[in-house]
Amino acid sequence: MIRLVRRPAPSRFWAALSPLLAVALTMAVGAAMFAALGSDPLVALRTIFWEPIFGEFAWYFRGQLLVKAAPLILIAVGLAMGFRAGVWNIGAEGQYIIGAICGAAAGLALYPAETRLIFPLMVAAGALGGFLWAMIPAFLKVRFGTNEILVSLMLVYVAENLLASAAVSWLRNPESVGFPGSRNLSRWASSANPELFANTGVHWGVVAALIAVILGHVMLTRHLMGFHIRLAGSAPRAARFAGMVPGRMVVFCLGIAGVLAGMAGLFEVTGPAGQISIDFGSGYGFTAIIVAFLGRLNPLGIVAAGLLMALTYVGGDNAASNLGLPVAAISAFQGMLLFFLLAVDVLTNFRIQIGRGAVA
Amino acid sequence: MRFTTFLAGALTLGLASGAMAQDDPVKAGFIYVGPIGDGGWTYQHNEGRLAVEEYFGDQVETVYQESVPEGADAERAITQMALGGADIIFTTSFGFMDATNAVAAKFPDVKFEHATGYKREHPNVSTYDARFYEGRAVLGTIAGHLTETNKIGYIGSFPIPEVIQGINSAYLHAKKVNPDVEMVVTWAYTWFDPAKEADAARAMIDQGVDVILQHTDSTAPQAAAQEANENGGRVFTFGQASDMSEFAPTPRVASIIDEWSPYYIDRVQAVIDGTWEQQGSWGGMAEGEVVIGPITDAVPEDVKTEAEALIAAMKASEYHPFTGPINKQDGSVWLNEGEVARDEDLLSMNFYVEGISGDIPN
Repeated sequence: MIRLVRRPAPSRFWAALSPLLAVALTMAVGAAMFAALGSDPLVALRTIFWEPIFGEFAWYFRGQLLVKAAPLILIAVGLAMGFRAGVWNIGAEGQYIIGAICGAAAGLALYPAETRLIFPLMVAAGALGGFLWAMIPAFLKVRFGTNEILVSLMLVYVAENLLASAAVSWLRNPESVGFPGSRNLSRWASSANPELFANTGVHWGVVAALIAVILGHVMLTRHLMGFHIRLAGSAPRAARFAGMVPGRMVVFCLGIAGVLAGMAGLFEVTGPAGQISIDFGSGYGFTAIIVAFLGRLNPLGIVAAGLLMALTYVGGDNAASNLGLPVAAISAFQGMLLFFLLAVDVLTNFRIQIGRGAVA
Repeated sequence: MRFTTFLAGALTLGLASGAMAQDDPVKAGFIYVGPIGDGGWTYQHNEGRLAVEEYFGDQVETVYQESVPEGADAERAITQMALGGADIIFTTSFGFMDATNAVAAKFPDVKFEHATGYKREHPNVSTYDARFYEGRAVLGTIAGHLTETNKIGYIGSFPIPEVIQGINSAYLHAKKVNPDVEMVVTWAYTWFDPAKEADAARAMIDQGVDVILQHTDSTAPQAAAQEANENGGRVFTFGQASDMSEFAPTPRVASIIDEWSPYYIDRVQAVIDGTWEQQGSWGGMAEGEVVIGPITDAVPEDVKTEAEALIAAMKASEYHPFTGPINKQDGSVWLNEGEVARDEDLLSMNFYVEGISGDIPN
């Protein structure tokens, strides 16, 4: 008989090893799935994991990895703070969308002025938009004790509808004869968030993600606020005795996640996406949750996790286009990553006991 | 190899133009917005791709990528295809417009064909679309005859000229055979969302609509009508983009099919021959790009005959669905007696014709 026995303390060994094991299991099961679909599994894995980094067109794909990873990392760093403190913001996608809308609206209000001052203004508006959107669940939780998971998640759907209405009416490009979508912000010099160095993929969002990671790391390891965050998550009662106000923690965690998600949305809408369109929300806010956990809620780990996740997207597209793999197979492959991570994570808190043991 | 030429062009200053020998098979790429199994829009584009493969055999190799979101990922997907050595790339959704033009700037030797858009910013970008309003005229005629409640529903996707043309054309031709007909328009703000489309269809049926046309691509409205009919209703629908024959003979009584094969074969041939040139193509029934699927026996014989006569007239380019006299919704004259709408006016159509109530959202 196999049973799980709770460990007295979480295993550091398994906490470190489980992401690697999850990746390995994903590859193994993914390979079996690709084989079942009639593709050579080794070719499929090489197309996904090797070619974007070392293949013939790596000069292009490496940059694309950064483009794809930057918003994930930026959002995930913010989310990780909250998750550590036990504040469950599931609605980063909404904060990301609202940040993009607010930033784009601020910029478009000044169209067609030609000054680079507009871009920083848009960044600020995007951050503010994301912040305010995150303050709704924060306020409701602090004031009325509502569940921030539900409120923040539901607000994603509200944000998506606001996005659709912005794209088809109030932010629509007036020169587009009825077609939905705003002006192309990446083609207006005042609002563009271009590649800073040719073919590197590095735009301001990548720079911002890097800064967020460094600040996040410093705060968690060196700053009192980081200590409070960790304490609030692991020992809420102790945190209260230490003089912390739980409401303030909720506001701080949701606020910082909202700011970062809003900025991510703004960098995306002015750069890679280029415009407010109905399909602008591409799920970064949800994927960032996976990235945060895959990175062990640690900013440095999140960098690695974000790049890995970006690799499954860029490489996955590569496989879909070159090997004719169905898109659903690629999505299933990405889903497996989280599934195995959660499964393997059990080993951090439990150990497997084979045979009859004392009842735990 | 040709893609090394592109590579060099992208990396250096495009000094390597070199030979363009057409010994290797021409590679045609397709970027789809939906899954190839959507049973509608993307399905038909993929049928066009398969027709290219069948027609050219070993001369042509095709690649495709499905479910490409209309946003940041589109540019990467198109670039990836160009890097992969595609000679011509069809981007088959309106939302790929800016991405197509941006990639075209970087790959001057690759030909790009963008469906339903209007931007041709570089000499290697063409656009193509089909005159769906011709098909809508036929469906409108059938709908006008079939309705008993005199209420025809139209599920619109987005209030863009292409969709408004369809609504106006369907209404004008329904009205021609049934002066009491009323048009109920619902905007779904999506091209493909089964849940939303089903809701729209159900709401229409509740309002007494008994014939539904759709400019959205899922079969959900057909299923909603079928469900209503199973509960004693009498609702008819038309297949959209593809035949949707699984809902025949009712509720689906006919369909408007996008037939891209002739265009795709034509354009790939032009690449093989080295005669490809930029153009804005707008083919209709005469070119075989808009096809009416089988009209079922649920439609009375005389109505079927009338519909077929209309199809024949449009195939022979003898009849234009927008022939005056036609007034705009506000009562002002749009087309005088015998006057035919100009393409420019159709391509920017942003008004309903007289008799349709409600406003076009803006």
